Amino acid sequence: MSESIKKVSIICAHGGLDEVYPALILANGARMEGIEASIFFTFFGLNAIMKKTISKLKVATVGNPSLNLAMPMLGLPVTMPFPTWLGGIPGVSGFATGLMKKEMEKLDIPPVDEFLEMIHDAGGEIYACKLAMDMFKLTREDLIEPVDGILTVGEFYEKSAGATVLFT
Amino acid sequence: MPTKNIAGLDVEVDEEGYLVDHTVWNQDIAAALAQEEGIDELTDRHLMVINFMRKEFEEKGTGPSIRRLTKESGVPTKELYQLFPGGPAKKAARIAGIKKPHGCI
Repeated sequence: MSESIKKVSIICAHGGLDEVYPALILANGARMEGIEASIFFTFFGLNAIMKKTISKLKVATVGNPSLNLAMPMLGLPVTMPFPTWLGGIPGVSGFATGLMKKEMEKLDIPPVDEFLEMIHDAGGEIYACKLAMDMFKLTREDLIEPVDGILTVGEFYEKSAGATVLFT
Repeated sequence: MPTKNIAGLDVEVDEEGYLVDHTVWNQDIAAALAQEEGIDELTDRHLMVINFMRKEFEEKGTGPSIRRLTKESGVPTKELYQLFPGGPAKKAARIAGIKKPHGCI
């Protein structure tokens, strides 16, 4: 049998609701299996750990050609493309996000803030990227409490020693 | 399915050592399985988790997600990971004598 994974280091660089969840689910799932886990939020991924934006993440309805998968939630065929012109109308992204959140709640998937607390309490580590923080003029005060630290790329690699690195 | 002698009782287990029939479970089996998982003594807090898992399994045919477990058993996430180090959902399910959980959350 091949050796099992002992540690994962997950990089989350995008802040769309659908872009953040894979990182959270992978990290939490790792902890559930007794695997060490950390998530490194960088660039637009920082939206997921900022107090002001954590509860406002959205699903992109413009330039998202894969949204057909969500069409059955509206009672429409799964092969029907979601029209880009419709996605640009104010409120549509919010509506699609609400619809998706409802489906996730049914599956017992927690909201992002609760999920991050859960991962943190489970021993998962949550980090922010220093360069992206500097670029967006953010400080520790802007971030939610469970964040364990702000790391440079070098420090990220140090912490990731022996880990499988995943880019979501 | 292989048979295994646990706490003096011959019981059927699957390939990963989970009980096939949760109704044959008793406290002695739980204690023996806990030993195998590296837990020397089952405290009241362990039993709270185990009893909640069994109740959920009997009602729904599947064990609870970690989220439900921590929200409704009265044992918070941090403590859950301390009680069952190295994989609470799987370990607690095995000790509780129910099937291996298949959820992702």
